[in-house]
Amino acid sequence: MSIDDAEMVKEFLTESYENLDRLDRELVALEKEPQNRDALAGVFRTIHTIKGTCGFLGFAKLEKVAHVGENLLSLLRDGRLLLTPEITTVLLAMVDAIRQMLSEIQSTGQEGDADNTQLLADLTRLHASAATVASAAAANVPVVSPEPKHESFTNSEAAAPPLKIDEAPKPAMAAKPEPTSGGSASTAPSASATPPNETIRVGVNLLDRLMTLVGELVLARNQLLQYSNRVEDAGLQTVSQRMNLIATELQEEVMKTRMQPIGNVWSQFPRTVRDVAAACGKEVNIEMEGKETELDKTIIEAIKDPLTHLVRNSVDHGIELPETRLRNGKPRAGRLTLRAFHEGGQVNIEIGDDGAGLNRDRIRQKAIERGIIGTEKSARLTDREVFNLIFLPGFSTAEKVTNVSGRGVGMDVVKTNVEKIGGTVDVQSVAGQGTTVRVKIPLTLAIIPALIVTCAGDRYAIPQVSLLELVRLEAEPAQNGIELVHGAPVYRLRGRLLPLVYLWRELKMGIQKVKREEEQEGVYIVVLQADGRQFGLIVDQINDTQEIVVKPLGKQLKIKTFAGASIMGDGKVALILDVMGLAQRANVVDETRDRGSAEVAGEAVTAASAKRTFLLFTGPDEAHMAVPLDTLARLEEFPASQVERSGTLWVTQYRGQILPLLHLSYALQERRRRRRNSEFRQSNAEHSRLQVLVCNHKGHRVGLVVERIVDIVEDTTEVRYPATRAGVLCSAVIQGKVTELVDIPAIFQASGIENMGEEQHAEMVH
Amino acid sequence: MIQRLQFCTFYLDGLLFGVRLTDVQEVMRHTEMTLVPLAPKVVSGLINLRGQIVTAIDLRRKLELPERDADKLPMNVVVNNDAGAVSLLVDEIGDVVEVGEEAFEQPPETLRGKVRGVIFGVYKLSGQLMHVLDTPKACQFADVVETATTVV
Repeated sequence: MSIDDAEMVKEFLTESYENLDRLDRELVALEKEPQNRDALAGVFRTIHTIKGTCGFLGFAKLEKVAHVGENLLSLLRDGRLLLTPEITTVLLAMVDAIRQMLSEIQSTGQEGDADNTQLLADLTRLHASAATVASAAAANVPVVSPEPKHESFTNSEAAAPPLKIDEAPKPAMAAKPEPTSGGSASTAPSASATPPNETIRVGVNLLDRLMTLVGELVLARNQLLQYSNRVEDAGLQTVSQRMNLIATELQEEVMKTRMQPIGNVWSQFPRTVRDVAAACGKEVNIEMEGKETELDKTIIEAIKDPLTHLVRNSVDHGIELPETRLRNGKPRAGRLTLRAFHEGGQVNIEIGDDGAGLNRDRIRQKAIERGIIGTEKSARLTDREVFNLIFLPGFSTAEKVTNVSGRGVGMDVVKTNVEKIGGTVDVQSVAGQGTTVRVKIPLTLAIIPALIVTCAGDRYAIPQVSLLELVRLEAEPAQNGIELVHGAPVYRLRGRLLPLVYLWRELKMGIQKVKREEEQEGVYIVVLQADGRQFGLIVDQINDTQEIVVKPLGKQLKIKTFAGASIMGDGKVALILDVMGLAQRANVVDETRDRGSAEVAGEAVTAASAKRTFLLFTGPDEAHMAVPLDTLARLEEFPASQVERSGTLWVTQYRGQILPLLHLSYALQERRRRRRNSEFRQSNAEHSRLQVLVCNHKGHRVGLVVERIVDIVEDTTEVRYPATRAGVLCSAVIQGKVTELVDIPAIFQASGIENMGEEQHAEMVH
Repeated sequence: MIQRLQFCTFYLDGLLFGVRLTDVQEVMRHTEMTLVPLAPKVVSGLINLRGQIVTAIDLRRKLELPERDADKLPMNVVVNNDAGAVSLLVDEIGDVVEVGEEAFEQPPETLRGKVRGVIFGVYKLSGQLMHVLDTPKACQFADVVETATTVV
């Protein structure tokens, strides 16, 4: 194939794809309004164009399909056949077949060997049936068909050619004689009913290149400005000012060239909705609002799949069957609403349906079954929290869940994809009235506002979307303000414990130097949010915020902690931190542990809103610890000499029973298991009396030996931090001190004392 | 006529190396680099090449040669490959040489280790040998990245 031909094929493909997309829309629109002659004429012309061109380029199979389709369409156009859903379906199938062949041509240059016999048969059959239908149709629609038909056609056809200013008329059109049509269409082969548009097609590569160059220009401008500020030269100042303005404007305009209306993605949805609805036997009308809302090209591409998924979901699971709807006093056809609008520098996209809504109880039940949340916790969740459970991974994996819960397959994927481009997903639902999923996404990815920080002498950019606030600790409070929870640094930010992450530590930079600086100058904490968790990132210096141009790192250099790189005003490169990746790296959002601890913490928070009474005591290594008083049966003190041994257990006689004893320091650290015996001896030697918390555990009494019982206090525990070790529920501030809340059931379970207790119980029965 | 190939030559630790001239985009003096924490050791940093961000690879480390003296600044040989432009850090730039196929020889069997994969062969020039780099392989560090990330 010569280069010219290859070029022509390429152009043909691009144009045909666009035409096919339009066909999808038009056919679905036609189904609603089968009498719309203009639309029919448009459909006819599109197919006709494709047919003509592929005949010229020698794609015989493609031509054949288009030809048969055209025959059928010509009947429709002439009003000899009325568009029925069946015909629409076959025509859409034809569109699919053509699209498939086109993609085959694109990849291999050949039409491929897909079998279209069935499709051809269908098309021919419908065409043949027209003869019989024609009389019926004539009888049925005599009012519409006779006069307006021909006039409107000759009119539009006659009017089209002079209007048409197609920048690249297809040579194929002129060359190809008209084999079938009755002459009416031959004059306007590729004309569209739309007025001539003042656009030209430009390659995306060129736009990207322009964008890069403008980015460079902006950098050069920045350098020029810096320079001109140092030099006393009025002329230079004026020029650089002008340069400044022009560069800014140019940047804005070039940015706009990458913007596309969201309607480009939505345009395929009527077809999607139609197909899904037809497959589930539903009737759905789609409404769109804010089609013209513009987004960066890369974002448009990134949200296409998630949106399609949400739309399919709404039709598939959200909207009820027509009969059900009628029974519930709703119109037969469901309504799917797509809405897009700008808000606060972000774009909101809403996908709403007027279906049954999410079933709160089933979701909750499913979540419990799948072990995503605990029974107790689930009862305390708000409706919104319950609905958002559907986005959790694991919720959606099983097929069964989908059917029962109403929604689910891949909702976590939707969420991940949206979050990948810095967006958020939220779902709201009212039972019986419908569900609305709201997706919030940034306008562009190419240029983002970012905070520039310094760490170990290098600059890093942090995307502003994840930034919550900045905190600076002066040298003095820096030493006192950062506390340790079992080695993990935390800071009390307005009464809440904020886990801290040292950037230099995560990046494995030189430690000593940084450490010294920190001690001298105080600490900068950048409070960030990742996946709903907050954490403080400690950096050496905070520079400023600026708009940065995001550039990808080389393909080989994929490090999860970095989202890309950018060029600073002085021409040096700075890496952009990926807050999510960093959080994962620092275990702030460790997948497995996070869910558990978040749940426990959440559970604890709800429990803690009221004041509770705690027993404070000292654990191993002088740790501050507490348990809720109501989990204890009694507090006792035994002389060490009363401790006896029974099998593998240390026990004491207590109220006529044998009370197994467990030392807390042993229970909290598994490794010490082997040293258990010696430990008891040690403690026996050290304290002549043992302080014991007597608890009821599964019907048995068990004694937990602690170092020292301190106090009983009443406090709320609103300030919390997830546990850092097993056997601890969470950390909280009680009486102004960071205190670990001990999880007694977990300790007994882990220590295996309950089994021993049972054995012992059995022994006692003997 | 015998086909003659052109090579851009440079020195590393006193050894003469060459890459195909057609692979070379440009040669630059030392420019400032931005460190990439967590990256494999052969990655020296990132360079701003007129708006394009280019990864710099220390060829000495890649070829397991001794480290460059701290006071000596490396030069950049920017080569193009599938993964975009990559800058190879070298000690000094040499001439462009033209050689014929007949001067080529495979590396000797005694050359072992990782280096063998990177050195394509040698050209016998008068008075010295020119090591020919397998450019795509010299620019590779992805496998190293993977192991690095799994380790951390």
